[in-house]
Amino acid sequence: MSMGSLLEMKGITKVYPNGVLANDGVDFSVRKGEIHALVGENGAGKTTLMRVLFGLETPDEGEIYYKGSQLQISSPLQAIRSGIGMVHQHFMLAPSLTVTENIVLGVEPRKGLRFDWDQAVSKVKELAERYNLHVDPRAQIRDIPIGMRQKVEILKALLRGAELLVLDEPTAVLTPQETEELFASLMELKKQGHTMVFISHKLGEVKQITDRISVMRGGRMVGVRNTAEVSEADISRLMVGRDVLLRVNKPPAKPGKKVLEVESLSLFTPEGKALLDGVSFSVREGEILGIAGVEGNGQSELVEILTGLRQAHGGSLRIEGQLCTNAAPGQLRRLGVSHIPEDRMLHGVAVDAAIQENLMADRISKPDYSGKVFLRTKDIESTAKSLVQEFNIVARSPRTPVKMLSGGNIQKVVVAREFSSNPKLVIANQPTRGVDVGAIEFIHRKLVEICRSGVAVLLISADLNEVMSLSDRLLVFYGGRVVAGFSNADAVSEEELGLYMLGIKAQESAQLKEALA
Amino acid sequence: MGSTLKGIFSVGFGYSMLRVTTPILFAALGAVVSEKAGAVNIGLEGLMLISGVTGVIVSAWTQSAWLGLLAGLVLAVLFALFMGYFHIKLGTDMVLAGIAMNVIASGGTVFALFVASGDRGISSSLASKVLPTVELPLINKIPVIGPILSGHNVLTYFALLAVVGVWYFLYRTPLGLRLRAVGESPDSADSVGISVSKMRFLALGISGFLAGFGGCHLSMGYVSWFSRDMTAGRGFIGLAASALGGVHPIGTAIASLFFGFADALSNYMQSLSIPSEFVQMIPYLATVAALGVFARRQMSRERKGKKQAGREVA
Ligand SMILES: Nc1ncnc2c1ncn2[C@@H]1O[C@H](COP(=O)(O)OP(=O)(O)OP(=O)(O)O)[C@@H](O)[C@H]1O
Ligand SMILES: [Mg+2]
Repeated sequence: MSMGSLLEMKGITKVYPNGVLANDGVDFSVRKGEIHALVGENGAGKTTLMRVLFGLETPDEGEIYYKGSQLQISSPLQAIRSGIGMVHQHFMLAPSLTVTENIVLGVEPRKGLRFDWDQAVSKVKELAERYNLHVDPRAQIRDIPIGMRQKVEILKALLRGAELLVLDEPTAVLTPQETEELFASLMELKKQGHTMVFISHKLGEVKQITDRISVMRGGRMVGVRNTAEVSEADISRLMVGRDVLLRVNKPPAKPGKKVLEVESLSLFTPEGKALLDGVSFSVREGEILGIAGVEGNGQSELVEILTGLRQAHGGSLRIEGQLCTNAAPGQLRRLGVSHIPEDRMLHGVAVDAAIQENLMADRISKPDYSGKVFLRTKDIESTAKSLVQEFNIVARSPRTPVKMLSGGNIQKVVVAREFSSNPKLVIANQPTRGVDVGAIEFIHRKLVEICRSGVAVLLISADLNEVMSLSDRLLVFYGGRVVAGFSNADAVSEEELGLYMLGIKAQESAQLKEALA
Repeated sequence: MGSTLKGIFSVGFGYSMLRVTTPILFAALGAVVSEKAGAVNIGLEGLMLISGVTGVIVSAWTQSAWLGLLAGLVLAVLFALFMGYFHIKLGTDMVLAGIAMNVIASGGTVFALFVASGDRGISSSLASKVLPTVELPLINKIPVIGPILSGHNVLTYFALLAVVGVWYFLYRTPLGLRLRAVGESPDSADSVGISVSKMRFLALGISGFLAGFGGCHLSMGYVSWFSRDMTAGRGFIGLAASALGGVHPIGTAIASLFFGFADALSNYMQSLSIPSEFVQMIPYLATVAALGVFARRQMSRERKGKKQAGREVA
């Protein structure tokens, strides 16, 4: 056992019941008091390794040493008792219960027979105060923003006395502001002596807050580095095994005719507050129109309306000149709209269905795939197989249920379906959320490729880098309105964009008009 | 028609409504508890039959209604756990496990009845006991309300207490919190070390316990004998009441009263000169109608809820 190690995992091998070798003799060690990054491509086995540590999966081989002695962890309860806490990639919270109830669940304070609600609330408040993780103890989980849910997850672990905290892609769903806040809390935790394992695909973040980096590839550990000594390019080379293009190569746009025209779209809450307030813009074939903005400023609602998931209260929507305001999702799809939703688990896939079923979901009724009575299974299978190959979806077979895929591979399933449906307009909402650098490069390349072949692309992303590097034109949303537009996205600086996004600045209407046309 | 209305608004009708609500309410509360833990207990009907016949047989043997009740409860809990074993440990679908339970109970109780009494239809040859009725002091002096509320079988009062008890358990105790967490998000319960299967067993056990009361009320209170399939769908009506009541004990109690009303109405109208086949359909028609209305309301609410959710995520 090496000096100063808090955790030492040795020779961990995990084979899932379906035969996937997810961890192959993995060694992993973490020093006390450090923030240790665990990185690797989608499906590299990061989550699996952490699930083994947390007692959610039983390893087939290997040993775990914690604080110098061997641990037999066969259930989360044991991990928790030993002082290991985990914040999962997909939140583990009951939506109808309150923040407090979720945090104290399993270790509830009691007064006699009953659950001592007041004490629970004050406990949560005290803990939140101590670690600077501000939450509303009385709110229901379903009413609070994602950033706060994340804090609830962390508090959950801390309340149980976690010294080692595993954070599985905690920033994938956060806005840049929320991420900064989270990092401040993590630094605070570190100061108070906690140790953290930080899983992320965002190498900038990894550089920013971690001390050391362990890299996994294809189920194996391929290297450990001191963060200070490596560059982002070095890390991604280790992860993918080749050089990764971190910038996008984009041939100049040749915009054609208008595909999508949005005219003074509006939407209100039942209380009458405007969620979208007279939004107008258009997207032409062969161009990428980016929408930047802090999440929660109307972008999600806009996308929902454009894809038929929600009805607008005013304004109009045209696809290739055809009026289709408040049309059903199926109708819009037939007009050539394809949609990469921001929440892949909710709107992107049917988790229990197979990969091939998900890939075919939007086209299954076409004569290519269904005969008069029966489905054309052979054609379905061969198309699915080629999509799996083209989009590099890591899975045992196209028949694997989507829920068995790693997060990033699920996203690839969605992207594969939406890009292969011969769309006229692609609406990409956070298209690279939670996918690895290699896959980001791939999705970006595909997005540019499909656009330049004459498809209109509307890109919404909370990742400033992404919108800025991909977009030809750029709009900024604030408070349900378009507050700025740039007909040449390359001409804007990040700082300037930030001012618009925070509502500190807004453009004159003349300037706006020019960019919207 | 006039006389019908008069009948409905009579004291006797109010009393009979509470009486017939009792078994439905027990079943409905059983449905609430198991559903809160994420297992829809289709087997309530069967569990009620089992406790009903057990209560009659044991009370006839021991000449004690209370021992009969105790035996009925124990058996209902055991069979509920048995069903849980198939569902939780062996992975049988809960609906199938429930259907199997009902089929087994329907045949098994007739068999038990035949062994014990030599009759395949009814237990009247057994000298079984009936649980006592209770006069509520003071309340029974109040005009109108007194005769409606007082003088019921003791289990009717148990049922009303059970409403409060189930509510307290689910919403005020740590165990209740865990149970709800398991039902809503098993993964999150699992991630903090709460055993999902233990909580489901517990919920099914409680569900069986409540159904047991319902069954015993039928055969040792409502009437003084057991007859084959005497639950007549009350287990399912209980499930409907739970759905209608928003899987909340209070709402469920109100929904149960509604079904009790339909049941009492059907009983009352059988004394009129309307073909009884039609009249007997009333409780079931009421169930279908209520569920239909409920589903419509739910759909429109969900549509609104989705919009709201969309806004909140944003
Ligand atoms: N429950 C499961 N059953 C079968 N196979 C699984 C299961 N969970 C994960 N896998 C497979 O194990 C491999 C490793 O998955 P894991 O989730 O550990 O990857 P990851 O490194 O966390 O990826 P990501 O960055 O995309 O989250 C993948 O090939 C995945 O398909
Ligand atoms: Mg993962």
